[in-house]
Amino acid sequence: MAAARVLRAGGCYRRHPLSSASSSASSGSGRAAERGERPDSVGLGFRPPPHSHSDWIGPPDKHSNLRPVIFYVPPEESALERRLREARQEAQASNQRFWARHNRAFRQEKEEFIYSRLKAKGLEMRDESGQKATLSAEEMADFYKDFLSKNLKKHLQYNRDWYKHNFRITFLMGQVALMRALRWLRGRKRNVEQ
Amino acid sequence: MSAARSCRPPRALAAGLFVWRLRSTGARQMPCRFVHLYHVASSKLITFQYCNFLKRMYVTQCNKDLSQRAKPKSDSIVSPFHELQQLDQEKKVVHKISSASPVPQSWSEMSSRNELRKIKSAAETEDSVIPGGAESKEDRQWKEMKLRLDDLPGILARLSKIKLTALVVSTASTGFAMAPVPFELTCFLLASLGTGLASCAANSINQFFEVPFDSNMNRTKNRPLVRGQISPLLAVCFAACCGIPGVALLTLGVNPLTGALGAFNIFLYTCCYTPLKRMSIANTWVGAVVGAIPPIMGWTAATGSLDAGALLLGGILYSWQFPHFNALSWGLREDYSRGGYCMMSVTHPGLCRRVALRHCLALIGLSAVAPVLNITTWTFPIISLPINLYISYLGFRFYRDADRSSSRKLFFCSLWHLPLLLLVMFTCKKSVLEKEDKGELRGGSHEMAMEIRLP
Repeated sequence: MAAARVLRAGGCYRRHPLSSASSSASSGSGRAAERGERPDSVGLGFRPPPHSHSDWIGPPDKHSNLRPVIFYVPPEESALERRLREARQEAQASNQRFWARHNRAFRQEKEEFIYSRLKAKGLEMRDESGQKATLSAEEMADFYKDFLSKNLKKHLQYNRDWYKHNFRITFLMGQVALMRALRWLRGRKRNVEQ
Repeated sequence: MSAARSCRPPRALAAGLFVWRLRSTGARQMPCRFVHLYHVASSKLITFQYCNFLKRMYVTQCNKDLSQRAKPKSDSIVSPFHELQQLDQEKKVVHKISSASPVPQSWSEMSSRNELRKIKSAAETEDSVIPGGAESKEDRQWKEMKLRLDDLPGILARLSKIKLTALVVSTASTGFAMAPVPFELTCFLLASLGTGLASCAANSINQFFEVPFDSNMNRTKNRPLVRGQISPLLAVCFAACCGIPGVALLTLGVNPLTGALGAFNIFLYTCCYTPLKRMSIANTWVGAVVGAIPPIMGWTAATGSLDAGALLLGGILYSWQFPHFNALSWGLREDYSRGGYCMMSVTHPGLCRRVALRHCLALIGLSAVAPVLNITTWTFPIISLPINLYISYLGFRFYRDADRSSSRKLFFCSLWHLPLLLLVMFTCKKSVLEKEDKGELRGGSHEMAMEIRLP
């Protein structure tokens, strides 16, 4: 079980809300956490149970389709663990920003495309029965091709950032796991010696 | 949303049947051969979902267009009794409506809808009163990120795309079986195990790289890393624990050539194909090579050398990838476009269909070359001609019509075409004994073959 705990390197020990933006918010909530209060996870509409010492992951976000994580901040969080948690929060926030904006743009441009094509065909957005009029897949293909080529550069940049975040987080997780393993072994050694 | 989308696992080492480009690779598990047959039987439904032993999923039909989206069963902690209760209430409502009579129809419909809504909202608020927990519906969707050891096998199976891995191993086994040497069981088992481990490693690393993209595509949004069931560190450790022993097993237990091919395939898949998917359409060709290597590995495991027969088998798998994947990707253009994947079906649709047709025809040619290389008898091209012609015909229809139905037909055909072709090839294999009789094999070669295999 200790091994499992060690490998679960992502876990922090005190509840820390997902703060997507300001450092002031996170420092404020950090202070709140130190005071023993539950920092605000109200932004996400969920508060993990107080006895839980692990992170909690939620349903996919409406806009970005990514699952938000509420990180647990342990009372004696080491510097390394804090760096890991902050890296994960930063990656989460950056991913959330990118995908929410991207998906919103996709939906909007898709609507505009459908509208312009329907208008060109002389049709309304909704037909007689009140159903939303759609274009066939072949007609939409032009839009998909266009959208992909327009956003290719943005994706290349995002890919680079995502890979950097991913490697950094995994490396930090490895370091934290190693540190905890050593701590546990030292603790065992001390118990054996006593 | 193509029905196929939900069933196609991303293309991995497996030559196969699955292109997982679809990051449409949702809980993309490639159906096993048994499921293939089942597939063919009920081609309109994604039946493999029902055979999914790794996770309970419900297939729902949406928008009446026969596309299916797998809806994961909500792992709610509310007792099943509660669900039953809710159902009963809804049923009661239905009865109530039918008995209410002489009112104008539209009004009664409205009132029935309102009643249904009221009952549903009442049932939802009742959720909090039910002894399962005072949590709202949304709260129940929040999960603790704690690894439970009993869930681990299932999670790792999904992480390694176990069904796809099984397909990869079966293509490698076919390569081994087709090699013109006496069958050696230990070598066969070692080669299969090593290939399977290498495939698991490659699939895990692929999922590790693609978390946010998988979240955004319907086919792949229920993968373990996306759902937070496992940490990225654990995924990488698992990949290392599979890949290193797998390649070591192939190198030391089989032969260095097979080990090198295995390592190269892992590299090609994780470091070339995966990033290339988001950069250029060349990823399709790289992925086809990834799929072609396992049978070559099987052959080299048996014979110890890379001969024309290995390359032919690899060539058949390589060619097969294109009609399979291109047809599949035709229905996933929206998800690819939004997810930022560079696929031919989105950027170069004409090329997509041309390449699919071209490679269907290439399969006919390659089947004809098999007897020339003494791998099979001449019965093979003759028996395989009908199935190759059929897939070429579907490829031509796809090329000409360029619509959803022709792409689906081509895709589903490719699912049974490959196993059948390989089976026919195996049954038409030129017997090793036949060769000995004809004096083509010299006496000592058998022992030599054994020497190559044993380290």
